[in-house]
This record gives sequence, structure tokens and C-alpha cells, in this order.
Amino acid sequence: MSYTKLSALDIAQKVQAGELKALDMLEASLAQIQAVDGDFGQLDGQVTDPNTDKKVHAFISLTKDLALAQAEAVDAKVQKGEDAGLLAGVPVSIKDIFALDGTVTTAASRMLHNYRAPYTATAVQKLIDAGALIVGKVNLDEFTFGSSNESSAYQPASNNPWNTAHVPGGSSGGSAAAVAAEETPLSLGTDTGGSIRQPAAFCGVVGLKPSYGRISRYGLIAFASSLDCPGPLARNVPDAALMLQVMAGSDQRDENTSILPVPNYLEAIQQDVKGLRIGLSPDYAGIAYPNPETGAFEVIPVQREVNQAVLDAAECLAKLGAEIVEDVPMPHTRYGIPVYFVVSRIEAASNLNRMDGVKYGFSVVDPKDLQDLYRRTRSEGFGMQPKLRILMGAYLSASSKNLNYYQLASQVRAMVRKDFDLAFDATGAHRLDALLTPTTPTSAFKRAELFGDSVLMQYADQMTVSVNHAGLPAVTVPAGLDDAGLPIGIQLIGNDFREDTILRVANAYEQATSDAAWRKIRPMALQEVK
Amino acid sequence: MKDYEIIIGLETHIQLNTETKIFCNCKADSWEAEPNTNICPVCTGQPGVLPRLNEEAVRKGALLAAAMNAEINPRSLFDRKHYFYPDLPKSFQITQLFEPIGKGGYLDLHMADGETRRVRINKMHLEEDAGKTKLEHGQRMVDLNRGGVPLVEMVTEPDLRSGEEAAQYLTQLRELLRWIGVSEADMERGHLRCDANVSIREKGSSVLNTKTEIKNVNSIDSVRQAITLEAKRQIELVEAGGVVEPYTLDWDADAGKLSMMRSKEAEADYRYFREPDLRPVVLSEAEIAEIKASLPELPYVRRQRFVDDYQLSAYDAEILTSERGLSDYFEEAVALYGKDPKTISNWMMNDLIRLMNDTGKTARELVLQPQALAEIVRLLDDGKINAATGKSLLVKVEESGKSPAVIVEEEGLGLIADADSLRTQIEVILSGAPGEVAAFRGGKESLMGWFVGQVMRSTGGKADPKLTREILAELLKA
Repeated sequence: MSYTKLSALDIAQKVQAGELKALDMLEASLAQIQAVDGDFGQLDGQVTDPNTDKKVHAFISLTKDLALAQAEAVDAKVQKGEDAGLLAGVPVSIKDIFALDGTVTTAASRMLHNYRAPYTATAVQKLIDAGALIVGKVNLDEFTFGSSNESSAYQPASNNPWNTAHVPGGSSGGSAAAVAAEETPLSLGTDTGGSIRQPAAFCGVVGLKPSYGRISRYGLIAFASSLDCPGPLARNVPDAALMLQVMAGSDQRDENTSILPVPNYLEAIQQDVKGLRIGLSPDYAGIAYPNPETGAFEVIPVQREVNQAVLDAAECLAKLGAEIVEDVPMPHTRYGIPVYFVVSRIEAASNLNRMDGVKYGFSVVDPKDLQDLYRRTRSEGFGMQPKLRILMGAYLSASSKNLNYYQLASQVRAMVRKDFDLAFDATGAHRLDALLTPTTPTSAFKRAELFGDSVLMQYADQMTVSVNHAGLPAVTVPAGLDDAGLPIGIQLIGNDFREDTILRVANAYEQATSDAAWRKIRPMALQEVK
Repeated sequence: MKDYEIIIGLETHIQLNTETKIFCNCKADSWEAEPNTNICPVCTGQPGVLPRLNEEAVRKGALLAAAMNAEINPRSLFDRKHYFYPDLPKSFQITQLFEPIGKGGYLDLHMADGETRRVRINKMHLEEDAGKTKLEHGQRMVDLNRGGVPLVEMVTEPDLRSGEEAAQYLTQLRELLRWIGVSEADMERGHLRCDANVSIREKGSSVLNTKTEIKNVNSIDSVRQAITLEAKRQIELVEAGGVVEPYTLDWDADAGKLSMMRSKEAEADYRYFREPDLRPVVLSEAEIAEIKASLPELPYVRRQRFVDDYQLSAYDAEILTSERGLSDYFEEAVALYGKDPKTISNWMMNDLIRLMNDTGKTARELVLQPQALAEIVRLLDDGKINAATGKSLLVKVEESGKSPAVIVEEEGLGLIADADSLRTQIEVILSGAPGEVAAFRGGKESLMGWFVGQVMRSTGGKADPKLTREILAELLKA
């Protein structure tokens, strides 16, 4: 059996037990990358590989030297009988939006193509400290702005390993693709409006967006500061729990991290789901989309197989002893995307202000003057997505507006949050432990199908974005394949800092469906390998 | 010519003397450090970094609000103010617009003529400083050492009416900042920076006319001169039928001249919004009460009390309250001494301040603390030493760290107050000067001084002068 099929838990166990050398694990991971990834995404890259469309292209760069040093350190510790950490010898890929000291951290943008981070993100440092091997940086939508990976300045961008003509989703598309294609068992992603969960669902892997403040954002190149969450992508629920375990906790460098103690997730997920109350909401049965002509909301139902997967999962959980609570009203879900347009754009435009060509990153040669330096650096350095977001963010936060959009949006955000408060209220009508919803309205779409239509692509995030507004945890788990053979994900949303509960439900579901026929089917990109 | 009134508002930036910068762990003070040596990922605005608020900056900001009679905001917030400039690494400044640390407030100016003028505060908030840029060999160089240093921006209402009043405001503000210990307030080092808004109007009018803004008035003399000049320019302009335009003016202190920097266009759009990376700054009622309680007696109040309680002259009271440590020193010395406060005042005004100047130390940095000063004055009162010895003791204590009594003992500086031994010495002197003795007895009593001088010379100045005269009188009578 190839090491790359092993779960992170198994790898760490075997490495610690001396049954598997971290160095061998690293080699296996690098060999898999070599076999399936094809050309790495590069700036102005010329593609020559005739099979490039069948490759995964998850990576932008490898950090081989670093991983080698880490593997040697882990093996040395094991040799000496020391504890090599919860992730001893586990290869991990990092979305190229996290600072890692001494490595080029591109954010998949020309703007940072030459930016060598002088420090390491807290989440990444915690992985390293736990014995993980950081094998490289994976692709994403430019500055995380997108849901398909297509906006990356580093091309070819990632493909969906299940069908390489389809997108892997985004923005953590490289992470989801790398995990699905068994290049690394774990990947570190970020989720601002669904950027972990949507690609995880598209690629048939587990993706967890933790509560806001559960994992430090320090070193994550900010998109929307009040929404961003780092989180794990993994091939199964226990592995996601393990990775969360390592990264969770307060950080002095991020004021918004919580000081709540971190529970033992691996223990928590072993419990059964008897008596847990799992909600279903009609407001997650479709996408409410404002008609551009009339402004009235029209509801587009989610894909048939997706809806069926949610119902099947509910039935499965009911059989396991959970109580299914139907018709939980989540009436403000439909405002999630419009509010997101305001909050995320204003914050993004602000966060991108620092990319000015003065200190680091891309800078035009021989500017005429300071204004010329700013203007040309930003117009040549940023791709279309950052530009759109800067324009909209600047427009919405302009003081000439009679309305303070940010403040208004924050108020609507509180109403979105209120839906969840009512649903989870322990003394309320529903008393939910988790809300079960589709993760995405459809399975992975084809490359170029939606790219460019950023409004429509945004509305596809309606199932995931409310959770970011509310700061709650949510996990997506694979729940089958659609008629086209593409993965479907279902989402479990939990109350504040109840990652333990949603992971427990997700694990029970995963265990109960472990023998399902669809779980035997392997992604296309992997079938091509052997 | 009509009678004009000058309307002035001052905008000050006060650098708080915290240990570290406001959002990172770099040292706040990088005076004379090489460019870009006191920086880190946070204060250079690297992608991915987050600010973390320095509580000391909040406490000092709140203390200043209390000292300015402002309300301390129990829940203040930070906002982002966006603009592009090379010395601003994030291209936004973290500041406070909507909910600042202090609200309202005022400073009462005590003018030389005895009048008091109340200057109201329009806004007072915490923010981070930017770095610096300078042109070198045709290139614009950026130094981010100063980036992220905590500032309080404080803006007055247009309540000042002359360059002199503006100067007085800054003088009192500087004194207050040092007194409560929130800033070194050294204008030359940029700890206290000032811009002045100046307009004129006919006396009796209540309109606010177009103002000009004078930048870089970074000394108290500059403030006085620049405002006076600018007001004169505006009056002459208006008298000649001209119109004041909203210029920004630069003050050149060396040339004593104002020059136009730019015509002020429409307000830039800073796109303010709430800083999402920082939590609200919440101060409980108890914390606010504690901050207010920690506010020391303010200089003007203490000055008045020194006059009332210790009968000091206004001049002495002013000098002794010019710095909080010095005034504390005075009160401690008075308490330890237990007798006439003026005696302590005299010693401090003359000798202690000289010692401070000579050593370059503040009162609190001296080795010679109030205990020793009181002891020296008491030794003198008790006739144990003479005045010259007292003065020399100040220096000796400062240099050796020993107590005055020990030094007197070790160096034999005490006065000879033993009548028998002194009598024996005087008898020897008199026997060696029969001519003078005869002359004195013959009526030339003015020779008494000469005899005293001889005794002093032979005893090295240590003879108790009173006793010496008594013994001389007795022996010369015969």
C-alpha cells in the first residue's frame, strides 16, 4: 500500500512507533506530486505538457529543503524516543496565502510574486511544531478572491482531480485538489465566505471552517479581516479534527483569538450522536438570487442530487439516534451574499492598500513620480479580481456616500447571526446541536463556465457565507457523487466553538457510510496514474 | 483700519512615552537609531500581520484625557484612515474617529496679566505615528523606525486669540504632559508637534472666516512668531481688499518666514471604517476611577498651594513647581526639616538647582535626596557646621553617597565648639600678637574682626564664630 493513501493519524502513529520514517513519507508525498501534479502554477507560465489538462496542478512551489529538515528532525526525535508531535511526519501543503519565513509567499498574485515572507504565520508554526512536514505552497484564487482557482495569476491553476475539466473550487482549490489527489493528506486553507468548504465539497474531501477566533489569523494575508478563518482540509473527519487540534488556541498576535480552552477533538468525535438535534432548513433548499431587472428575489433550487444527499444524510443520522428537526427558519440567509459584497469588499480594498510598490513585492521600473509608482504598480500588479474588489470596496466606503454601508451591512450581519442564535438557543423552539445543509448548490462546474461572472459565482456561496458572518464553525463532508461522477458535499453548522459537536456528527456519518459504493470510486486524476 | 480679532486653533500630536510601540513590541523610542533598525513585520506592514494594542498607550491616553478635564470613553474604538504615502506602510493609519479615547475637555491658560482663558478641546484620540521620509542624493528614503509610535492627537476649538496665547497653551501643555508623565514633550525631538489654524475677523463678529493652516511650528517661539506674522499678513491682505485663501503654509524657523505649501483642495477621502483587527477598548468604571485617582495634583494647583501653605513668593513657587519631581522633593524636604519652609526653598533655589544644572540630573535623579538636604540644613542651624561647609556638603554627598553627618565626622568639618580647646588656641594667638592686643585695649576695637580672622585662619575656618567672639571679648578685656 502506498504511504500516500494513509491517513494523517496513521502516518503520525506509524512514524512515532518507528514503523515509518518521516523521510520515506516525504519521498512518497513528493513522488505523488511528481506523478499527478504536472506543471506547477507559474507567473506568465508557458504550458508545454500535452497532458496538462489531465493534471492536478495543485502546487505553486515546493519547500523541499524545509520539509527535508523537518523530516530529519522528526526521525531524530523518534530515534531518541522523544515525542515527535501529533503530526509527526505528516506531509502538509499550505495555501500560498500564509507567511512562511524565508519562502516566497505569492497569494497567487503578480503583486507578491517576489515577496519573501520575513516571518511565519502562527497556524503554520503550530503545524511545524507538531512535527508536520511542510512540503509546499498550493494554488488559490488571486488573494483568495474567487471560487474556482481560475483567477490565480499562477497558471495552470488547479484542476478538479475527479474530473480535470472541472474546477476544484476556491479559493482553497489547490488545497482541496492536493488532498483529493493524495499529494498531501492535509492542507491548510482559509475560508472567508466558503473558501475551504466549497472546494472541499467539489473535490470530495473534508473541510472545516472553525469559529472565528479559534485559529490565529496572524500571518494569513488578509482578505476580509472580520471573516477570514484558517482551517484544515483532510481526507476524513478524524484527520480534520487532528489538524484542528494542533492549530486551535489563543494567540497573543491576534487579538480576536478566543481564550476558551481547546477541547480534545479526537476524543469528542468518538461519541455517538444519540439525542443530538440536527436541523434542516427550507432556506437552504435553494439559492435566493435578486433578479437584476426587478430586484425581486428568485429562488433557484439546489441540484437534485445535492438535495437528495442532504436528505439521505438526515435519514442516516436519524438511524444513528439523532433527532431531525425540520423546517428551521433561517430567513436572513438570502442577505448573506449582499452583505458579504459590502463587508468583504470594504475590508479587502483596505487590506490591499499596502501593496504600493514601496516596500516589497511587485514594483514598476523607473516610475515618473510617486503617483506613477502607485498607479502603474497597482494596475500592472493586480489581476482582475483584486481590481474589482478594490473598486467596489472604495466605492462603498467613500465618505461621499450618504449611507455608511459598512455600518449598515454590520447591522444586517447581526440579523443573519440572529437566525443561528435562535436555532441553537438551548431554551428555544429548535434547540439545535447542528444545522445540516448542502455545502454548495451544485457540484463542481466546468472551467470557464462561470469565470468572469463574479456576481453569479458569488451567489454560489450562499450556503456557506452566513456562517462567516456569524463567526460559527461549519464542516463539509463528502456525501456521494452526482450523476456526472462529481463529488457532493454536505455541511454541518455548529454553535460558537462547538467544532467538537459538528465533527462528532460528521464522523458518525462518515463511519456509517464507510461501506457506501461511492466511497470506492477514486478520482480520475488518480486512476490515470496507475 | 478696522479692529480685528485673531482666531487660532491648535492641532497637536503628542508622542506618548510608552516602552513599546502601540501595536507591536518594538521599542517606542528610536532617537538617533540608524534608519530601519527598530522595526518588525507588524510596524512595516508586512502582508498578514495584525496589530495588538499596547495597554500602556491606552492608560496614558486616558490619563491625559483626565488631566485635560475630558471624559474618558468607557468603550473606544479604532478606525482605519486610508491614504497613500511611502512612510505609511499599510497605506492606512490606525486611528480613532468615531469613538475616541477622550471626549470634550479644556485647558485653562494662566496668562501673565493674571487673566485666565479657557481653551476647549475639540477632539482627542489615540493613533499610530507614520515613519519619516527624506530626500538623499535625489532619492526619497524611507525610515520606519518611528512608524507605530503611539500618539495622542489633540485639537483645540478656535479659542485662542493671539500668538502669545498659543505659546502659553503649548507651554502649559508641555508642562502638563511632563507633569503627569505621559510624554517627554520635547519639541525638538518631535514628541510634541503643532500645526496652527489661523483666521481673522472683525472684533465683535462671531463668524469663522477662511483659515490658513501653518505646518511645522515646532517650538514655542515659532508658534508665537508664525501666528503673529500670519495674522498680520491676513489683516493687511483684507485691508487691501484681498481675500484670505485656505492655504497650507510652511514655517521656516531659521528664516522666520512662512511659505505657501499648497492650496488646500477638497478634503481627501480617507474612507474611514472600523478597524476589524482590534477589539473595542473597554475601560470599566473601576478602571476609569483608578486612572482619575492616579492623576497627580496639577502644576497650577500645586503652585498656588505653595504660595498659600508655605508662604513662598510666586517666583519661588513657580520655579519649584516647574517640574513635578522637584516640587515633590521640596515638600519632602520641608516635612523632614520641620521648620521654616523658606529655608528649604532658599537652599533649593540657590544651591540644589545649581547642583542639578552642574550634574545634568533632575531632582529625583540626584544622589542627594531630601533626607540629606534636611540634615545639612539642620547641622547648620545647630551650629555644627558653617554655611560654607553646608554648601560643600551638598557636592560631597552627591559625589560620595554618604550621609552628611558621616562626612562631617570623617573629614573633621565640624565647628570647634569646645570652649576650653578654643580658649587655649586663642590664648596662643593673642600671645603672638602683643601689639594688636595693646592697640585693641587702647580703644581700637575695630581690630576685633582681625582677631576673629586670625582664629579662623588658624583653625581652618572651623571655629564656632559665636563662641570665638565670646572668648576673644573675654580675653581682650583684661
